Amino acid sequence: MSPWAFVVAAYAVAVIAVAALVLWACGSMRRAEAAADEISRR
Amino acid sequence: MHFLANPARFLRIAKPATGWLLWIGLVLAVAGMAAGLNLTPPDYLQGETVRILYVHVPAAWLGMAGWAGIAAAAVSQLVWRHPLSAIAGRAIAPAGATFAAVCLATGSIWGRPTWGTWWEWDGRLTSMLILLFLYLGYIGLAAAEKERDGEGRLAAIFGLAGAINLPVIHYSVLWWRTLHQGQSIGVTGSSIDGAILWPLPLTMLGFTAVFASVVLMRMRAELAEAKVEARLRRAASE
Repeated sequence: MSPWAFVVAAYAVAVIAVAALVLWACGSMRRAEAAADEISRR
Repeated sequence: MHFLANPARFLRIAKPATGWLLWIGLVLAVAGMAAGLNLTPPDYLQGETVRILYVHVPAAWLGMAGWAGIAAAAVSQLVWRHPLSAIAGRAIAPAGATFAAVCLATGSIWGRPTWGTWWEWDGRLTSMLILLFLYLGYIGLAAAEKERDGEGRLAAIFGLAGAINLPVIHYSVLWWRTLHQGQSIGVTGSSIDGAILWPLPLTMLGFTAVFASVVLMRMRAELAEAKVEARLRRAASE
């Protein structure tokens, strides 16, 4: 097996995991802050 | 730290810092990974697989630094009762767990061509796996305490007790010499050649900034959720 297959797999794991973490954290923050703004406006 | 214990003051700094940290972190991490893939020579012994270093080492550092952050937040909560400490601990945990898992996964992928095995019950690997389990335990415990309107003292004590694992991870390569290599990067220098080492500070700084941004995002989310909950309670009692 080519050593590059291992390199690409390791980078893919890191990039996908970090992207998922950032998207989840960003999404949860936006939803929570939108709800807080909405309730303040009321 | 005392200055930031006020949620309103914290939010004034955290709101602009979140975006800056995220974009600076992403640029540095992508630049470091691209340089690591294209601009460095293969290692004389490991060949091309040495390039896994640029994602594995930052993940290991952040997995451990995350727990050190949880322990610091726990001290601040138990000693000074800072209102943001429990929130900070809960915000750090998912990011730390993610990086600990990435460290284990990339280490396993690196181990297969280098050691001939995906996994070995080596001191460093096992103590890192324990760290991942500690994170999962902390996340569950902190969520359960939050749901029961607790102050998060149990989670704080768990966070402090779990910090015992950090020196075990650090010194594991000296205490049990099995498969994992000894320390190659220290405060005073590195045994890795400069031609291979130079992209590593970029990915270290980049992923650290992304980590900090994620922690701020989670803290902002928790503060907003607390605000909604407080308003709803007040409305229900009126």
